[in-house]
Amino acid sequence: MDLARTEVTVRKDRRGSAARLGLIAVPVAFFAVFFAYPVAAIVARGLKVDGVWQFGRIGEVLAQSDVRHVLWFTTWQATVSTALTLLIALPGAYVFARFDFPGKQVLRAVVTVPFVLPTVVVGTAFLALVGRGGLLDELWGVRLDTTVWAILLAHVFFNYAVVVRTVGGLWAQLDPRQEEAARMLGASPMRAWRQVTLPALAPAVAAAALMVFLFTFTSFGVVQILGGPTFSTLEVEIYRQTSEIFDLSTAAVLTLIQFVAVGAILAVHAWTVRRRETALRLVDPSVTARRPRGTGQWALLGGVLGTVVVLLLLPLAVLVQRSLDAPGFGYYRALTRDDGGVFLVAPIEAIGNSLSYAVAATLIAVMIGGLASVALTRRDAGRFVRGFDALLMLPLGVSAVTVGFGFLIALDEPPLDLRASWILVPLAQALVGVPFVVRTMLPVLRAVDVRLREAASVLGASPWRVWREVDLPMVRRALLIAAGFAFAVSLGEFGATVFIARPDNPTLPVAVARLLGRPGELNYGQAMALSTILMVVCAVALLLLERLRTDRTGEF
Amino acid sequence: MAGTLAACGSSDGGQGSGDSKTVTLVSHDSWAASKGVIAAFEKQSGYKVKVLKDGDAGQAVNKAILTKDNPQGDVFFGVDNTLLSRALDNGLFQSYEAKGSDLILPEYRVDQDKHRVTPVDTGDICVNYDKKYFADHKLDPPRSFDDLVKPQYKNLLVTENASTSSPGLGFLLGTAAKYGDEGWQDYWKKLKANGVKVVDGWDQAYNEEFSGSAGGKKAKGDRPLVVSYASSPPVEVVYTDPKPSTAPTGVAQGTCFRQVEYAGLLSNAKNTKGGKAFLDFLISKKFQDDMPLNMYVYPVREGAQVPPEFVKYGPQAKDPETMDPAKIADNRDQWVKSWTSLVLK
Repeated sequence: MDLARTEVTVRKDRRGSAARLGLIAVPVAFFAVFFAYPVAAIVARGLKVDGVWQFGRIGEVLAQSDVRHVLWFTTWQATVSTALTLLIALPGAYVFARFDFPGKQVLRAVVTVPFVLPTVVVGTAFLALVGRGGLLDELWGVRLDTTVWAILLAHVFFNYAVVVRTVGGLWAQLDPRQEEAARMLGASPMRAWRQVTLPALAPAVAAAALMVFLFTFTSFGVVQILGGPTFSTLEVEIYRQTSEIFDLSTAAVLTLIQFVAVGAILAVHAWTVRRRETALRLVDPSVTARRPRGTGQWALLGGVLGTVVVLLLLPLAVLVQRSLDAPGFGYYRALTRDDGGVFLVAPIEAIGNSLSYAVAATLIAVMIGGLASVALTRRDAGRFVRGFDALLMLPLGVSAVTVGFGFLIALDEPPLDLRASWILVPLAQALVGVPFVVRTMLPVLRAVDVRLREAASVLGASPWRVWREVDLPMVRRALLIAAGFAFAVSLGEFGATVFIARPDNPTLPVAVARLLGRPGELNYGQAMALSTILMVVCAVALLLLERLRTDRTGEF
Repeated sequence: MAGTLAACGSSDGGQGSGDSKTVTLVSHDSWAASKGVIAAFEKQSGYKVKVLKDGDAGQAVNKAILTKDNPQGDVFFGVDNTLLSRALDNGLFQSYEAKGSDLILPEYRVDQDKHRVTPVDTGDICVNYDKKYFADHKLDPPRSFDDLVKPQYKNLLVTENASTSSPGLGFLLGTAAKYGDEGWQDYWKKLKANGVKVVDGWDQAYNEEFSGSAGGKKAKGDRPLVVSYASSPPVEVVYTDPKPSTAPTGVAQGTCFRQVEYAGLLSNAKNTKGGKAFLDFLISKKFQDDMPLNMYVYPVREGAQVPPEFVKYGPQAKDPETMDPAKIADNRDQWVKSWTSLVLK
């Protein structure tokens, strides 16, 4: 009897690991074909001359003072941007976690809108605010468009939500009674906070800081639009070297440097995430938030709301205002005209393109990310699987330009001649969506009690049935949220899409960039109108997500 | 949604010009032609024309080179003399001598032994000035490169980044042609000391910083001198209603650099026959006559008509700086590099 049971268990284990390998094979193959191979192809194009690798180029490129200057500026601005974002967003995280106030749900969605907006739109919004003839210029004659301040502020604008959601999400679940207990024992409020709450929050703060650092370290559109010819990040430099100067070997070396840096950031991030998963006494967030009491708390709430209005809503409002700057919605009406100018089709068609691409990208991202999350769920997953977890994040940090060009030169031959196929754009967008799916699903899946699954399979359920009956009901909401994020991120993806979207099928961000690149008031107005439409679509998607929020929704 | 996707699929599935009925042109964003002229070509040749516009000139060339083994189209239009060597050295084009090549003005012809490219249009990159500013300040507008470094023109000029913009590069090459390999750096030191402003692209320089253009006026641009094209003044006239009797801007004749744009049959083009027919068409009188008011460039064909607006508001430069493409090829990257550290750092 005992013997037979052991045998069943062993067989089940084998079947389990085979199934896990099967599950992980699909995402591994996806990343190998649509990420590793194209990136390797473009790097090889730059570093291989007549079949011989030119690794000496790495030293040569690093020896150039311009390149070292770019590296220094990239690191410096990312550090300052991260510090500034934490400084401004942490009070926000606290307010969203601990206070109850009318309109909180809507506001939480609104502060997330910038995060999924395409960088071209953000850059434009900031130019309209702090550039020549912008709001600040008209009111006080202040112009920041040629200074590094515009870049830093735009980065805060972008990443505010990362801190609010990552840190605030955990903060809301920390039991306030622990801090109260410390105070009853005689600790000052400051000390109680420092010794009880801060240690519990620290890993989440570190994880958020690293994500912000990653996003600002690889910043492209913001720096390109606001930085002018003098400020350049590694990512912008890769773009310039590839697309403008056509020095593919320098671009390849810079890509490798960025790869190493991003790998290091992600390794540290994975480590902090694991630390965060250590047991904390978590409670339902709905019981920790209450209405603010006393002048101090009201002032804090007011301060945070003020910051959100000035820093996040104002740039978006300027965008809307500029889009309405023609009588009778003139810029919106112009979108429907086929002018034969920039695109050969009416700009309004970009909306349909964008939505179709985003739906396809979301399906791919949810499928690939979902499979990967299931495979990664088991805590005893080996080192290889854990490494794969971090690997899935790489597309967030690797130059979209590199990926885009890689697609063009790698996926152009049978059996993978996809270059002329519409699927190429959703594939590239899904690469960016998968990390969001995994990061949203994984914590929820890991929280499912393992014993439930075991019980079900002992009772004879097939693995598929276990998943359907046990896991799926618990993760359905997380899955929807993941899909929503993948959708919003796909809508906003610009860097890779701009290289592979066919000129006759532009997406919204690509159309905005093209319109901005043309002279004339009408083109500018249409760009503002399209940006506004994109912003509204993103906001609606995020508002729907807010309604789906569960108590534990992962990191984003 | 599925319907839209299917539509994306079918309209994209044609892979350039896999079928021999379509000829696909790859070009930059500035490509423009009258619908009637294209329709006439389609009717006469039996090919349908498909156009893929791919970013600015430099980007379009680079992308075409990267995808040359399996190109997106059959003909590429829009590589100019500053980037010609990059395209030729990378084997972007195959040989074809277009019908009517003998009618192209001799000064624009290059690559005469292999005929890999066909000249299509020409234009001059010149400093433009805001007439009103100089009248208001009772100051003569500058006439030459030398004038630009004089104290009375301090802080007046805006130009483009030579590493990211083709007029920016053209202006740099103009100074290199004028002052020579040794002298141009000194000239730029003086220009920098005299307050030249550098922005990334032509659009920003012309439509935001320059005080003389319609866009610049609206954006409250405060630089009355800008590096643009000799054909920019007629544009200011054509797009204003009612048309003014004189252009609001003028061209400093002694600051010009001549640019020539070429087209070629892409190596590995799927529809070579259609591509050849299209190249013939690009230098036909019909297209050459139509081209100036669409792309704001001058024709290269003998006897092609230059529109009256051009003659009246923006005559071609009389004595522009020029440079042999081979010399540009040898020096371009090094010059841009030196220029970047000299002017931007």
